[in-house]
Amino acid sequence: MKYFRSHVLVCVDPECLSKGAHDVMDALNDELVAQGLIDEVQVLETSRIGDCAIGPELMVYPEGVHYAGLSVDDIPFLVEEHFLKGRIAKKFVAPPKVVTDEELGAPMAKEVRVVLRNCGKIDPENIDDYIAEDGYAALEKVLGSMTPEQVIEEILASGLRGRGGAGFPTGRKWQFARASKATPKYMICNADEGDPGAFMNRRVLEGDPHSVLEGMIIGGYAVGASRGYIYCRAEYPVAVRTLRIAIDQARAYGLLGENILGSGFSFDIEVRVGAGAFVCGEETALMASIEGRRGEPRPRPPFPAVSGLWGKPTNINNVETYANVPQIILKGAHWFAGMGTEKSKGTKTFALAGDVNHTGLIEVPLGINLREVIYDVAQGIKNGKKLKAVQIGGPMGGCLPEEYLDRPIDYESLAAAGTIMGSGGFVVMDEDTCMVDIARFFMEFTQDESCGKCTPCRVGTRRMLEILQRICDGDGRDGDIETLEYLCKWIKTTSLCGLGQGAPNPVESTLKHFRHEYEAHIYEKRCPAKVCKGLIRYEIVDACTGCTVCARNCPVNAITGQRRQLHVIDPNICIRCGICQQVCNFNAVVIR
Amino acid sequence: MPAVKSLEELRKLREEAIQKRKAKTTSGDVQITVAMGTCGIAAGARDTMRAVLDEIEANNLTGVIVKQTGCIGLCELEPIVMVEIGGQPKVTYGKVNVERARQIMKEHVVGGKVLSEYVIQSA
Amino acid sequence: MSVETTEVEGIEPAVVHPPRHAWSEEEVRAAVQAAIARRAGAASDPLQMREELIPILSDINQTLGYLPPEAFVEVGKQLRMPVSQLFSVASFYQMLSTKPRGRHVVQFCESAPCHVVGGRQVWAALQEALKLGPGETSPDGKWTLQTTSCIGICAVGPVLIVDADIYGNVTPAQVTEILAKYR
Repeated sequence: MKYFRSHVLVCVDPECLSKGAHDVMDALNDELVAQGLIDEVQVLETSRIGDCAIGPELMVYPEGVHYAGLSVDDIPFLVEEHFLKGRIAKKFVAPPKVVTDEELGAPMAKEVRVVLRNCGKIDPENIDDYIAEDGYAALEKVLGSMTPEQVIEEILASGLRGRGGAGFPTGRKWQFARASKATPKYMICNADEGDPGAFMNRRVLEGDPHSVLEGMIIGGYAVGASRGYIYCRAEYPVAVRTLRIAIDQARAYGLLGENILGSGFSFDIEVRVGAGAFVCGEETALMASIEGRRGEPRPRPPFPAVSGLWGKPTNINNVETYANVPQIILKGAHWFAGMGTEKSKGTKTFALAGDVNHTGLIEVPLGINLREVIYDVAQGIKNGKKLKAVQIGGPMGGCLPEEYLDRPIDYESLAAAGTIMGSGGFVVMDEDTCMVDIARFFMEFTQDESCGKCTPCRVGTRRMLEILQRICDGDGRDGDIETLEYLCKWIKTTSLCGLGQGAPNPVESTLKHFRHEYEAHIYEKRCPAKVCKGLIRYEIVDACTGCTVCARNCPVNAITGQRRQLHVIDPNICIRCGICQQVCNFNAVVIR
Repeated sequence: MPAVKSLEELRKLREEAIQKRKAKTTSGDVQITVAMGTCGIAAGARDTMRAVLDEIEANNLTGVIVKQTGCIGLCELEPIVMVEIGGQPKVTYGKVNVERARQIMKEHVVGGKVLSEYVIQSA
Repeated sequence: MSVETTEVEGIEPAVVHPPRHAWSEEEVRAAVQAAIARRAGAASDPLQMREELIPILSDINQTLGYLPPEAFVEVGKQLRMPVSQLFSVASFYQMLSTKPRGRHVVQFCESAPCHVVGGRQVWAALQEALKLGPGETSPDGKWTLQTTSCIGICAVGPVLIVDADIYGNVTPAQVTEILAKYR
């Protein structure tokens, strides 16, 4: 192998190319020949050195010097300085990219941060950090100058609705709980964020736990409760720990406990950890779980505001709902109501996941449309692929195709489109996703999590899953689509709680918008996205160099072939795990 | 932690907290913040944190404050480490594994040189 | 040294792996009593203790690795509850196990965000490497393979948890490497 003392990597991304990267490369090679260095320095193409804004850019190794903003005329000087004289040509060294907090911290385009304002900014385990950010100032205002009625009035006027998904007006809920005469009353924070792909509550609990505590204390004052529970799922050990630390610190300061800030109002909070049951996110099931029973839902009425935990009046809100409260009290209902649409006020956090360039949590004003979220906030689909569908609202939400991208995100519009706000799951799927497989996947989830108390959910979801499974396996029959539709309708209308009522949504919406994919599976025995194992075959094509990597990695030894010769996959042994395709360096494994 | 018994005391406490925060950023101290949400931990933030602490101890560094924070919303770039020296703008590094953490400690915290190749680019 | 640090300790283990042997009746009883003392120490009468039933069961589950039948008998005695009712509660929650588990519990996130970023391949590789299906324990008592619901770190998916260690951005090729760390 030839040895070079230096390697020059020139960025040939489209933006650098448009600024003349190839001309610079040619000039480099010419100049290296002219100065007799071509045997010592190798010029190669690369991509993504920097952000191409000051292209053409190149890196010189082994020194790791990053040059940028070069033109053809600069090359003779650069070659002479760097490669002949061995000095770094300072004037072309790319400036270090320092990103300030303001640029990074990071509201993406169109983001507005209310609930997430402190996340990643403060130390969640230090109450003073929160206090320095106006923390507990809302509590101070409430205890110092507001009656419980005024607090409820403010929350009502803000238009805040339940962020757990159902969207019930928070102020109304508080009114009901306040109106109940029985005592003691309880406040519950639903932190059983079980929707796969949704982790906004985790982030708030881990990053800004005191905002939730403060919201609960204010709510407790408003409804007249003396005790609060945060029901947090066991899958969030870090959140549980952070919450416990926050509660201890708030107690030490006297912000929880007897006679808070000398106001005569007493309130304390305890964390309860779940034990792994999705249905416990349903409020009546959640209360059963706190009481130490099986977390099964019960019919309502009576509503928790009348008869909740241990039969006492109880107010349940979600983490995000509580986290909004201190801000509303401090900045006023008017400020909050200034964001969003007529019926959906404020902001909502979403967990962006799937095939988009920017995944993670975002907080946007309600009323923003799906297109803005996908293409502006999430910066579009990964790898330049095409969007196929957006799944909103968690496992009980629906899949929406491209035609819906201009719909605003608010409680009513989403419901009309066949999905739900849910707690804020937002999974973007590209063209390589099989919608039948996705529907089967969600059904597997709800079927597994069905608590079994009511028949439509327990048996119905099972039947639906069996049908979806056989369609994916390539054994779909004529009539399966109709049976699915029939089951969707009845499970939706007859199930006891939100889990069963929402379970058919992924199937119903994919049947509506991607019916042709179901038909291709059933009638043509073909998976258009090439995902369903029963309907695909892996093959090795001529690009194979016979490197043996696939054969060595195949878990079932289905690949044979001599070194440097075309390899072959035995379809009868192959389990279609796709590992061969993933390890192949030559794109020689294809799906048929 | 003394209990706060009145609204007045809470207000005073907030003033102090704000003053304390200001003092930290103007005194020339170095503040290193490691994002330790579950996402960070899964990506190896615990090892990163250990490396940071280890470097401080091994080199007897003084005036360095190590803090943690929650998820900052750029989970795909975890582990994330933020370095703030005195009043200078905060520099945020992404994908900070143990080696990078050690390098950041040596070259940026001690040497004052920003390692631009690891800095998270603004979107 | 003027290093001001916030304490960084291990997250509370979701699953503790006890040495795998059959627990003696005394050991089970001790674990139950310790759990009740820890979780419901303040309560004096059994009715009040019942409010803490799930934390108590979780505690025992952590100490012993699972809930053996003798544990139900002992809890029933202390809280004056029928064993059938205790079993009904325990069998409802995924994290409470009524079957013995391996020394190491491997949990794989089976949720959609992980599924669409290559989770399926990792799951296949995992089952293949351990020669176990979901919910199974290896005959030598070393491994138990389980699925878990979403743990909310989807941006670093696919996610794999071994005991209390969380691994993000896992590829099929890394599976054996990760498992090899555990003895």
